[in-house]
Amino acid sequence: MDTQLALWEVFIQKKSGGDHTHCGSVHASDSAMALQNARDIYTRRNEGSSIWVIPSQFVTASKAEDADMLFDPADDKIYRHPTFYVMPEGAKQI
Amino acid sequence: MNTTLDIHSFQEKLDKDYNIEPKDVMPDDYRKHLIRQISQHAHSEVIGMQPEGNWISRAPSLRAKQILLAKIQDEGGHGLYLYSACETLGISRDELIEQLHEGKAKYSNIFNYPSLTWADIGAIGWLVDGAAIVNQVSLQRTSFGPYARAMVRICKEESFHQRQGYEIMATMMNGTKEQREMAQDAMNRWWWPSLMMFGPHDSDSPHSGKAFEWKIKLKSNDELRQKFIDKTVQQAEVIGLTIPDAQLKWNEDKQGYDHGEINWDEFKRVINGNGPCNKQRMDHHKKYHAEGAWVREAAAAYAETISKI
Repeated sequence: MDTQLALWEVFIQKKSGGDHTHCGSVHASDSAMALQNARDIYTRRNEGSSIWVIPSQFVTASKAEDADMLFDPADDKIYRHPTFYVMPEGAKQI
Repeated sequence: MNTTLDIHSFQEKLDKDYNIEPKDVMPDDYRKHLIRQISQHAHSEVIGMQPEGNWISRAPSLRAKQILLAKIQDEGGHGLYLYSACETLGISRDELIEQLHEGKAKYSNIFNYPSLTWADIGAIGWLVDGAAIVNQVSLQRTSFGPYARAMVRICKEESFHQRQGYEIMATMMNGTKEQREMAQDAMNRWWWPSLMMFGPHDSDSPHSGKAFEWKIKLKSNDELRQKFIDKTVQQAEVIGLTIPDAQLKWNEDKQGYDHGEINWDEFKRVINGNGPCNKQRMDHHKKYHAEGAWVREAAAAYAETISKI
């Protein structure tokens, strides 16, 4: 029998307005305990202004072997980047 | 019901420049204001795909076609970021689309003008997206977290949009006499509607008061418009385009340009449904939304089947 409780993924928002970034996981029996544990483990040095926790079993991840198929198509679309374009000499703030 | 204490903490967050997040307590009017503004912004991204889509099949080169496709794809993506941000306020995507179709929600007036020539694609990217960027850069610090974060992402992506438009204009201005005339004609038609994108003058702006108090809006319509004019005039001069405003003049004292009066009668006429393309834009959206009904139904049926397994 596993005595370690379920795994939860922890996302911390560093400062107000920013993204919640994944920082690790904790064990807990429910969301309140997960929040408490996340607070104790991941925010001892003012790292956070907000915490999200979600049960790890609900994370669906892409497979490493699919990475080429998923992300290669962007490689030859360099025109999606502003640096692709030739700007006339002297033009400012563009 | 909002208790006094809740309002106090909402106000305190605003005072300290903290962002408001979806699960925070907020006044109903703040929520309503944001739903109105973010959904209008989302609808604008999506409706804005139409005037550009008009030129995909007639883009002058494969390079131009790929770029235009990528740009329109981005606009669809921006619409999705914004709809999602809006949904965190407790309204569904279906309700948002319904409000658009019933005319209860608006989209940016600029997309009620037609894209008549290839130069219009240049003018839209350079001027329309340029004006949108000025507004959106300011909104990166807006008080509602999901909206602010969507703006950060959108601004990063918009930079290519404006540059591709300016490149089209610059290329045409280096071309034949006809191409230069075509570019100037597009400039003449898009300049004033682009200035109108910032909305009425501050003295006549119905939604601004509360929006400033709530830190949804950080710069006024006139401030943003001024910023856009000041950076765009130089860009026009460099490639030899004339700004279609005889009264445009550098003002040394304010270190910015003075400009002629905007035709607010036209603005009101177009916003009230009588622009050149209002009907076309809405008919198009409704038609394809209705034609896509089977996809939504199939997805819902699939979701139901899966849930029973």
